[in-house]
Amino acid sequence: MIEVTDLSFTYPNGIEALKGVSIAIRNGDFVAIMGQNGAGKTTLVKHFNGLLKPAKGEVLVDGVNTRDVSVANLARKVGFVFQNPDHQLFCETVEDEVAFALKNFGYARNIISRRVNWALNLLGLTQYRKTSPFMLSGGERKRVALASVLAWNPKIVILDEPTIGQDYQQKEKLRQFITQLRAQKKTVVIVTHDVEFVAECNPRVVLMTEGKIVADGRADKILTDYELVTKASLVPPQVTQIFMKLSDLGLPSDVIDVHEARKILLDVLEGS
Amino acid sequence: MSVFDGLKFRKVSSPVHNLDPRVKFFFVCVLFVVAVMFVQLLPLLVLFFVPIPFVFVAGVKREWIRSLKGASMLAFIIFFFNFFFNYIYNEYPNIPSASLIEYSVTMTLRFIVMVETFSVFFLTTSPDLLGLALEQSRVPYEFCFAFTTAVRFVPVLAEEAQTIMDAQKSRGLELERGNFLKRIRNYIPILIPLIVSAIRRSLELAEAMESRAWGATKKRTNLYVLKLRKKDYALVLTSIFILILAILVWRFIPIPALNTLLSFS
Repeated sequence: MIEVTDLSFTYPNGIEALKGVSIAIRNGDFVAIMGQNGAGKTTLVKHFNGLLKPAKGEVLVDGVNTRDVSVANLARKVGFVFQNPDHQLFCETVEDEVAFALKNFGYARNIISRRVNWALNLLGLTQYRKTSPFMLSGGERKRVALASVLAWNPKIVILDEPTIGQDYQQKEKLRQFITQLRAQKKTVVIVTHDVEFVAECNPRVVLMTEGKIVADGRADKILTDYELVTKASLVPPQVTQIFMKLSDLGLPSDVIDVHEARKILLDVLEGS
Repeated sequence: MSVFDGLKFRKVSSPVHNLDPRVKFFFVCVLFVVAVMFVQLLPLLVLFFVPIPFVFVAGVKREWIRSLKGASMLAFIIFFFNFFFNYIYNEYPNIPSASLIEYSVTMTLRFIVMVETFSVFFLTTSPDLLGLALEQSRVPYEFCFAFTTAVRFVPVLAEEAQTIMDAQKSRGLELERGNFLKRIRNYIPILIPLIVSAIRRSLELAEAMESRAWGATKKRTNLYVLKLRKKDYALVLTSIFILILAILVWRFIPIPALNTLLSFS
């Protein structure tokens, strides 16, 4: 459970990144934080594991004020996967990379090796365990970064721009993976611009512009609100766009799911 | 890193900004040489005030003061070491003498004079102009380019270091934990990604430059050409005057220590 109340944050260079943000993320929620560049998305999620401390307002993670504890302490509960895996990989082997956080948290050796095996297996990296992470492809490196965070089994998982630079197959794997995490009752927060990806996942969407939350609700409600989405420099998913343009056929304008769209289209075609 | 804030150039126009960078650099060098020449407090005190008019004319007072503040910790360390070790070796059982204190203050002031002049120079000289100055001083273009690129990428690298630190902290790395050696080791997870990405970036930059025909012509032309104007010559003359004056004073006039002057009155 993450509770953010009236959070404001200004960077040392004077940029006001967050202006009075309030939001509650319940256990087991799947939230996509969306919005244009510089809207304050990453700044907001960096408050969730204490990397940034609120200038005004407060952030509670499971009732604990993030001001009172260190990042290392919060990180056990809140796993944060950064956008660029190259910003964290440094070990000689993939195995060591995944074990790094576990060692920092002081787990016993046998638990570490069990967790490493589990995480490598989970992300299909077992064959690379003795390989240097620098030898892997971009998508594989991203998976190593993900494995290195999931290894300690955090309750809340934050993914910053997980789909950037990933091909469709990787994205599909990621989507299945998130579904799996949700089945384990984990809270998943993603920060993204990828409208199509969000449309496929259909999570709760939090829309931000200029340091404020402008909308919060189900993806099929928010992503189909043309004005709202445009204000946040996004576009509705392609299916929705087609349905909007074909509204004189009597098609609904709040569809984001391709399979649902297909069914509706078939019904309309059969009717005519 | 407030010391470095005091070295960051901001593009504004002032008489000091518009001076020729080569002349400014010569002036800075002269102040450096003079600062190293003297071990007495009096001339260094005078020297301390020389760059101040430039600061006001250039309108960079705030940044300049910030860089001095940033250097104050180092200045304190220099004072402490000079005072402490000289005291231990030379005067130990006695009370520290006034001349020892004066000497330590002088050494500290020498450092401050260097920082303040350097700060004024970097605050009022754009890296591009600096590169241009190097180029027109017949330094091979490859070196000039390397220099300006290095300066240009410092803020980028600083930002990247911050991101890497955040990423590793999120994986439970505690930089301030452990004894001295452990703390140094704590920085390995930050340095390796930083170095790797710097190398990657430089390779990418090289490819980008080559695809834009870098080095295609041996003889380069420039949009801007540095030319000495009247006030540049004035500064050159001032610098030479200061240098000659300093040499004359250093050679022929015995400089009294400040503490003896004060005890007379």
